Amino acid sequence: MDGHGHRLSPTAPRRRRVPVRALAWAGAVAVPLAFLGLFFAWPVATLVARGFVADGALDLSGFAEVFSTPRTWRIIGLTLWQATLGTALSVLLGIPGAYVLYRCRFPGQRFWRAFVTVPFVLPTVVVGVAFRSLLVEGGPLGFLGLDESFAAIVLALVFFNYSVVVRTVGGLWERLDPRAEEAARALGATPWRAFRTVTLPALGPAVASAASLVFLFCATAFGVVLVLGGIRYGTIETEIWIQTTQFLDLRTAAVLSVVQLVVVAGALTVANRARTRRERALNLSSAERSARPLRPFGADALPLAVTVVVVGGLIALPIGNLLVRSLRTPAGWSLDNYRNLGTTGGRNALSVTVWEAAGNSLRTAAVATVLAIVVGGLVALVVSRRPRARAGRRAITLLDSVFMLPLGVSAVTVGFGFLITLDRPLGIDWDLRTSGLLVPIAQAVVAVPLVVRTVLPVLRAIDPRLREAAATLGASPGRVLATVDGPLAVRSLGLAVGFAFAVSLGEFGATSFLARPDTATLPVVIFRLIGRPGVENYGMALAASVVLAALTATVMLLAERLRGDRPGGAGEF
Amino acid sequence: MHTARRRTVTTRVTALTGVLGLLTLTACSGGSEAGGDPTPSGTGAEAGGTVTLVTHDSFAVSDEVLAAFEAESGLTVEQIAPGDGGALVNQLVLTKDSPLGDLVFGIDNTFATRAIDEGVLAPASPEGVSASAAQYGVGDGELTAIDLGDVCINVDHTWFAAEGIEEPVTLEDLTKPEYEDLLVVTNPATSSPGLAFLLATVGAFGEDGWEEYWAQLVDNGVKVADGWSDAYYVDFSGVEGGPRPLVLSYSTSPAFTVTEDGNESTTGALLDTCFRQVEYAGVLAGAKNPEGAQQLLDFLLTEEFQADIPGSMYMYPADADVALPEGWAEFAPLADEPIDVAPDDITAHRDEWITAWTATVIG
Repeated sequence: MDGHGHRLSPTAPRRRRVPVRALAWAGAVAVPLAFLGLFFAWPVATLVARGFVADGALDLSGFAEVFSTPRTWRIIGLTLWQATLGTALSVLLGIPGAYVLYRCRFPGQRFWRAFVTVPFVLPTVVVGVAFRSLLVEGGPLGFLGLDESFAAIVLALVFFNYSVVVRTVGGLWERLDPRAEEAARALGATPWRAFRTVTLPALGPAVASAASLVFLFCATAFGVVLVLGGIRYGTIETEIWIQTTQFLDLRTAAVLSVVQLVVVAGALTVANRARTRRERALNLSSAERSARPLRPFGADALPLAVTVVVVGGLIALPIGNLLVRSLRTPAGWSLDNYRNLGTTGGRNALSVTVWEAAGNSLRTAAVATVLAIVVGGLVALVVSRRPRARAGRRAITLLDSVFMLPLGVSAVTVGFGFLITLDRPLGIDWDLRTSGLLVPIAQAVVAVPLVVRTVLPVLRAIDPRLREAAATLGASPGRVLATVDGPLAVRSLGLAVGFAFAVSLGEFGATSFLARPDTATLPVVIFRLIGRPGVENYGMALAASVVLAALTATVMLLAERLRGDRPGGAGEF
Repeated sequence: MHTARRRTVTTRVTALTGVLGLLTLTACSGGSEAGGDPTPSGTGAEAGGTVTLVTHDSFAVSDEVLAAFEAESGLTVEQIAPGDGGALVNQLVLTKDSPLGDLVFGIDNTFATRAIDEGVLAPASPEGVSASAAQYGVGDGELTAIDLGDVCINVDHTWFAAEGIEEPVTLEDLTKPEYEDLLVVTNPATSSPGLAFLLATVGAFGEDGWEEYWAQLVDNGVKVADGWSDAYYVDFSGVEGGPRPLVLSYSTSPAFTVTEDGNESTTGALLDTCFRQVEYAGVLAGAKNPEGAQQLLDFLLTEEFQADIPGSMYMYPADADVALPEGWAEFAPLADEPIDVAPDDITAHRDEWITAWTATVIG
């Protein structure tokens, strides 16, 4: 691992330290790779391989067969189209949101930052109900005629992913030194021109980061497409799901998994290109210093209007709908649905109470978060280095992309892959499949890419000259990490912790294959409740969703606090 | 509704949580207990007195009934619920060389013979199979019927009374113009009631007629929702006020819409449109604890468990002699003559029928 290339001139005496440092960097690469290899690559590859092996021989005829049906092409086209539109709209709407919620200062800001993250963790089946009961014929927004439409899918994708853009871009934006833009303005540039030529390019890497994440989420969206689009709009993901769980046609599923990987790899390559072209060190400053009061009637009117429409119309409306419905009971308005959360549901729909499930969720998410932060933090650290050697840079780009893959592979492929590989992991006689530990591990695998994407833009934006200067002044590599990278990274870690925790709280796909009834998580319980008849169960499902939403918002608020924004702490930069 | 307090299960999760000192994070759970002491719980499944039940996520049993079995047999029952319907069976097929547990409960008649043909199950000789349960037997004792239920079109009585339209009765009625745009069903590729209803149409109209029937349904504006909850809670008018008064659901669903006074239900099931789902249990081939599995299987057939089924899972016990809860005969009756398709036929043609359905209905 050529991790020392950023040093100005490694002199002869220093070179002797290289083995130790190389070892440290090798460890930083090996731990995440081993984790991902064992809990992602191996299960997925084993399952996909089963689809390509018939009677002990390699059989690739599945490709010809799958690609000769017009339905396959329609599904691929639809997947790309909805993902592209969903990503474009999320980014377009998310950038003004990032500005208003992170760059500006106004009362209640932290609440709204947490609030926009809520959709991210809501179980699809609940979002389906929240959206569809608004849009359905006769519903409050039924006149729009959006039920079961392509537009409804795209709007739902924005609903889910808006916060990804807002947080990723906002996290960098709030630390961006305002002086460059101020200078441009002082030199006579219009606000738009200053934004376009100074700020936007600086935000480029974060925007590309967010866009690639959102694209992966959109391309692999499962439930939301089925629920909101109706059955006409199949995607690669839904097709893999059906082929695996319903038909056990591993051959077709394997072909589609490969297609999905190609799509995802293509998206990552494009995003990487976009990122590296723009990548450079930025002047970071403290959020305190960079933020400015919101000017609702002045220059900020447009971004504010966009944000109000998105947050109010697209996010608050469905969530409000959920809240209102959770308070409605056959006997009129009441808190009965919430009181029932201490029970196991109408006629024992559940094997744990909803509160116990909430406890399970929090514990599982805490473990998953620790795993994700350790693994993702190491990846971000390694990937943030810019070795001199071309091969080193290539290797790092590759590593970066590899850790994004868990977002681009179907949860059903991962879940079924676990089943056929983890009965004796690495030959150890410990059936992980039925162990409770596999749930947080599966959630961590999904959360790692988010941690990487959140921490990386900040680490990359640190001027390497700072590290060089510290090293020249005699700081050991460890000390450089602790004093230069550390303080900045720790703050973005707060955000990453929040994201990882939220994604673990909301993870349903892989969890549903692994959850044990007595340790069911909140989304699993919600799914069960809403799958049962009975107004009581339905009401509890909605109330439990509100609880999940409130938990998420609380976690996000705490994560904001955790960032411990010491005023002036980063001001020297 | 009693508050069930589950026995505390010490999991590796809690262990790890304790070890990592994450109590600060779990503390924000708002009143939920940390649950279990933070000592690792040994090697789990292989411990002598443990039997692992692999089931679907609708499995439920009253705590006291299960506790009585555990006390009597000395076994500890572990449950895992990795999926339902096709997903459950397919997972068993994939893991047959290294099974997930000892006993499976929840394989239904639409997937029963696939499980048997794939060699997932070991023959068992359960004790106490009632005559009514025996009639549903498939294979050579690999699967034993535990409970059953009907999947039927449900109707919103209130809606039809208000509109002054007569309610439909048969499958044929659903294609008539007066019921245009009134029916919502679910996708057979993603929902098990959807698959049951597809099989009902196959059974009713024959292999040559069912596709034509679906073409007529499509012409008459049938809506296909992805899953049951979507159809029942959003599209159906009888519960949350959706637009359609006819929905695919279970024959027991009307028992959930009984009025305050308990005299009538605002919805009903059309008993001429029903497909019978039978749920089976079987000992998994290669089970680590086959004796325990056998004991657990026998327990599922006891009167205690059978009588617990209606209240816990909302299905009918396979043993017809077991008393049913009050109101079931009135609001949740089974069909006298459910539509039938032989399990072997289902296994032979299921995938092909779903594909043909997709082509006809979705295009």
